[in-house]
Amino acid sequence: MSFERAAEISVYLKKYTVGIAGCGGLGSNCAVALARAGVGRLVIADYDIVTIHNLNRQYYFHDQIGRLKVHALRENIQRINPDVSVKAFDLKLCTSDIVDLYSKCDVIVEAFDKAEMKYMIIETVLTKIPDKPLVVGVGMAGWGNTNFLHCRYSENLIICGDESSEVSESLPVLAPRVGIVANMQANEVLKILLKEFKPVDV
Amino acid sequence: MKIILNNKSETFDNDHLSITELLALKNFTFKMLVVKINGELVRRHEFDKSVVRDGDEVMVLHLVSGG
Repeated sequence: MSFERAAEISVYLKKYTVGIAGCGGLGSNCAVALARAGVGRLVIADYDIVTIHNLNRQYYFHDQIGRLKVHALRENIQRINPDVSVKAFDLKLCTSDIVDLYSKCDVIVEAFDKAEMKYMIIETVLTKIPDKPLVVGVGMAGWGNTNFLHCRYSENLIICGDESSEVSESLPVLAPRVGIVANMQANEVLKILLKEFKPVDV
Repeated sequence: MKIILNNKSETFDNDHLSITELLALKNFTFKMLVVKINGELVRRHEFDKSVVRDGDEVMVLHLVSGG
């Protein structure tokens, strides 16, 4: 009865909190996957609004254009799983915000678009809250090359992506590859949260 | 010296190298690099003075934009 095991997992995941930094292609898709799995609390942050250019890959709808991403994403998550508590922060994250918002989370997901912001959160977490697992997404622009996408582990830093394809005018980020990487990140989060999960034998 | 660089064994003629020298030898010419020596983050302003020695484990991650 696989649905029973899935239900057991979602009950188990209820006690956990996952922080998601950024609500674009990585963050919105990763948050939805974690909400479906049953993670109890999500702490999401972004300062941007939904535009028509986001809809090719981000988990928003046409009628949400113009709304704050954090509010639109909270609404979408609650339509999928009303049991998830979503804390939404409308702000451009800086070093001190990351410590304030995410130091109580069980795992942090890096979901920024710009390399400088990725650097900022990696440096912050590794120096200020080094025991916290941080799952980053690096390299997912373009299409094809599915087999180049991988996970790499460096202590509490988990790297998902191909680590090379950078977004540019000629190489946009598209739904399939960013969706794969966002779901790889969610999968790594589950691996961490379910490390001590002991299923009841049926 | 022999080190582990990104999970692979690598041998160099030098008996030690700074991070800046190691990155140059390996042609890591990118700006946005995360570097760890034996699990400890090396900040960018320390690349010239942080030294890699025989037996060290080095992790280099090149950050690219997109997400």
